[in-house]
Amino acid sequence: MKRIYVNEEWCLGCHLCEYECAFANSGISDMVRALKGKQIHPLIHIEDSGDVHFAVNCRHCKDPICVKSCISGALSKGKDGIVRIDRDKCVGCLTCVLVCPYGAVLPAPDGHAAMKCALCTDNGRGEPNCVKYCPNGAIVFETREEA
Amino acid sequence: MELYIRPDYEVVRNTDKCIACRVCERQCANGVHEYDPATGKMRADDSKCVNCHRCVSLCPTHALKIVKTDDTYRENANWGVQTINEVYRQANTGGVLLSSMGNPKPYPVFWDKLLLNASQVTNPPIDPLREPMETQLWLGKRTAKIERDEKGRLKDTLPPQLKLSVPILFSAMSYGSISYNAHESLARAAEELGIYYNTGEGGLHRDFYRYGKNTIVQVASGRFGVHKEYLEAAAAIEIKMGQGAKPGIGGHLPGAKISEDVSETRMIPQGVDAISPAPHHDIYSIEDLKQLVDSLKEATEHKKPIIVKIAAVHNAAAIASGIARSGADIIAIDGYRGGTGAAPTRIRDNVGIPIEMALAQIDERLRSEGIRDEVSIVVGGSIRSSADVVKAIALGADACYIGTAALLALGCHLCRSCHTGKCNWGIATQQPDLVKRLNPNYGYKRLVNLVTAWKHEIEEIMGGMGINSLEALRGNRLMLRGIGLTDTELRLLGVRYAGESL
Amino acid sequence: MKEQSKYVIIGNSTAAVAAIEGIRSVDQTGGILVIGDEKHFVYGRPLISYYLLGTTDAERMHYRPETFYEDNGVALRLGVRAAKIDPAHKEVTLSDGSKVGYEKLLVATGSRPFDPPMEGIESVPQRFHFMTMDDALALETVLASDKKVLIVGAGLIGLKCLEGIAARVESVAVVDLADHILPSILDKTGADMIQRTLEEHGATFYLSDSVSRFDGNTAHLKSGKEIPFDILVVAVGVRPNTELVKEAGGEVVRGIVTDECSRTSIPDVYAAGDCAESYDIATGTQRILALLPNAYFQGYCAGVNMAGGSERFDNAVAFNAIGFFGRHVLTAGAYTGEAYTEQTADTYKVLFVKDNLLKGFILIDLPERAGVYTAMLRSRTPLSEIDAESLKQSPGWNAFPEKMRKEHFAKEV
Repeated sequence: MKRIYVNEEWCLGCHLCEYECAFANSGISDMVRALKGKQIHPLIHIEDSGDVHFAVNCRHCKDPICVKSCISGALSKGKDGIVRIDRDKCVGCLTCVLVCPYGAVLPAPDGHAAMKCALCTDNGRGEPNCVKYCPNGAIVFETREEA
Repeated sequence: MELYIRPDYEVVRNTDKCIACRVCERQCANGVHEYDPATGKMRADDSKCVNCHRCVSLCPTHALKIVKTDDTYRENANWGVQTINEVYRQANTGGVLLSSMGNPKPYPVFWDKLLLNASQVTNPPIDPLREPMETQLWLGKRTAKIERDEKGRLKDTLPPQLKLSVPILFSAMSYGSISYNAHESLARAAEELGIYYNTGEGGLHRDFYRYGKNTIVQVASGRFGVHKEYLEAAAAIEIKMGQGAKPGIGGHLPGAKISEDVSETRMIPQGVDAISPAPHHDIYSIEDLKQLVDSLKEATEHKKPIIVKIAAVHNAAAIASGIARSGADIIAIDGYRGGTGAAPTRIRDNVGIPIEMALAQIDERLRSEGIRDEVSIVVGGSIRSSADVVKAIALGADACYIGTAALLALGCHLCRSCHTGKCNWGIATQQPDLVKRLNPNYGYKRLVNLVTAWKHEIEEIMGGMGINSLEALRGNRLMLRGIGLTDTELRLLGVRYAGESL
Repeated sequence: MKEQSKYVIIGNSTAAVAAIEGIRSVDQTGGILVIGDEKHFVYGRPLISYYLLGTTDAERMHYRPETFYEDNGVALRLGVRAAKIDPAHKEVTLSDGSKVGYEKLLVATGSRPFDPPMEGIESVPQRFHFMTMDDALALETVLASDKKVLIVGAGLIGLKCLEGIAARVESVAVVDLADHILPSILDKTGADMIQRTLEEHGATFYLSDSVSRFDGNTAHLKSGKEIPFDILVVAVGVRPNTELVKEAGGEVVRGIVTDECSRTSIPDVYAAGDCAESYDIATGTQRILALLPNAYFQGYCAGVNMAGGSERFDNAVAFNAIGFFGRHVLTAGAYTGEAYTEQTADTYKVLFVKDNLLKGFILIDLPERAGVYTAMLRSRTPLSEIDAESLKQSPGWNAFPEKMRKEHFAKEV
């Protein structure tokens, strides 16, 4: 399946992906209206340390421990390989946050659920917005199946 | 006491649009932008802005623009704002003014005063999408003679040639003045396009030896990075006698740009300014030049064409004649609008002549002396579009060097601050955090796109003229007409005025 | 006539669902029969407190989609219990007397509440456990804003019950023998922080104390205090349902003993979930990890192996994410070794380091990226191979060397 891959060699630590992610998932068509004066809650995160920068978000693991650990059945891996969360079913216990090895399942700002990246399939963008707006090709969307 | 000089440009932020994402702050190596936690707003220090547009380009809400300041001194047609400020600056520092890239002054651009012909009725135009159109060419001496061996078979007497898919090469830009990633982009693009890039006088990084068949290596007055393997790795060798941006002076790479890798590649100490002398200290005559040409040919077993590059100066035609007789295969001429990574402003802006005039005169001179076939002519120094390429070829060039246009394709916004080493686009810098901003996987593709687009346009223009190969266009000045030119300019360019028939 | 199924699963909760998914990852057609004594559609047991809290409802509690059993070709026998396993004939006798033959059997019988002997308990008119949906539904029928509730046990079950009902009753008192609440997952400092939160929501705690005697609607404590109440919830612990395996001759210590393939000592009989033990890599001991994710891991592992695949579950570790009134307590592993502590007014963080390994941690209201710590525990990555200082300060991949990072980030995981 096509997944998001990040390459720290090209990541500039500009954090644009975080804003583009928050915008894509805001449900608002204008970025200024969506983000101005607000704390953003992106599903992708840049880690910075010195000159090293890289983005981390859901890897849509082949064997997703978040899905296995979910106490409510809110997390599932679809036939398309995408790991999704059903916010309606989620009770916000954060077991998924506790087990995700990448720290890519996050507590939602409302405190009542967890949230995670669904490769922009759930927000009408069609393709991952972080990938589209990465200025340096540090985030790509491609297939890297293992032989 | 230092006099305050108002910055030329101002950063204008539309606060209604700014979401304080701080991307501008993170991306400005000059420290223009700053987030103020007290107000939750961004602020800018105009005095640090070089107008490179990195922030403008990356701002996700397009909240930024850079404008020329409207602050002004009392109007004076003679003493313009910049002229006055430069005096202040020099009075402040006592230093020579430094600049980069090409001459920005409003001298006439003769390309823009030349119009191209097209076929109508009596000679049909050619549709390049349906009919063959030859943009391929060879650079080198066209002096092969028909000779046969004792068995009557034809002998190969053709001197070494460079084969190009389009009449375009990437100009000499050294590793040091530009980044590793910029070089990789140029090298990979040259390989994919079937053209050449040029090392400049910075040596050739070990990683790029594999692009050797698309590499022209330079031997300049400092001899930086020159050794046997270097010469052998290349497709051709260029002796740099001069550069259009700074005729008559040598090169200067600031120590700050001499990283470990650059130092190793150039074979010079790290962190110390690299000064290449104005003259080659072993060349004071055409005869001396010939010795170097011959030496390089010997060193590479006469397998590689030798290019001699000069700046376009008043006496260019006579010098070119000498070069043609020195045994060089290709003459490269660099006009006064050519770019540089660093040059004294006064030199850049006031020395040399336009490439259009130099080219027309050199082509004319070599023809009249019957030695035009001894050399190919490559011209550079502000070739800005495919139309400039076509006009240059019609004026007599075989091919064109493009430098500034290539850098623009890589993201350069012509802020002309290369000499500071803090290029926000990852091109003219050696700072690792900045260098990585140019991802060669994208950079090379953009270069390929640019040259491919120009190739299509060249084919289109040639087809319109009813010409289907570069051979038929080269030196075909009947395809050109001047507009807004004086009689002297027309005479020097060897073209008729617009409206004048055959 | 005896029913026969290739795979028989006793129990219908997390481990059973996991086993079905494990079996189907290998064998898409072999018959599966699930025997469950609860009549509800499979639900996540820990959700019952959220049900009372109103965060979820019976519909949304479904652990899998309605078509799960059908989609996976699973036959269900609900409302019956397995009474006996006969390994020699490879059959299970059910409480209704019928028999079911199996090729591979999974025992996922879970656990039941433990009722310690308490004097006078019979005199309490309204007493409850808090383990199942039926428990929650029964409790719900008596909840009212004028009722006083007494919960015996300040562990995970008791306090989640407290959270679920606090707003629906007049008051809740909690008694526990331990000197701090949640002793299985928190140290004293962390427990005190959470206790304050619970108290702010109206709870009263009687710690280091216990009920010496019930007298109708009054509990007499060892300390001499008396607590009047209307509703009693007993949540002092659970006991694994191991009898089926024990009686069939399988090895049982505290729970059913299983190997890292979830096999019991009886051939073709597997066990998973709260009835079975795991080898806890953090403590280095064989013990029951009665936690939902662990049930899934064991069940899935059992399922794959039952169907002839090969799966090992050899990195069991206790971890727990639990919330109280918006506060989040995330814990994992064993609390042994050198402690690295960070405490603010609102947050608490302790990491335990021993033998060059992260052994365990407590995070209160610092949930962000906690999984990086858990992964360190589960993978047993030596701290000397990473930037341990950076990791202590904040969980992130920048603590890992570039090579390790690239191995993870450049390919499918």
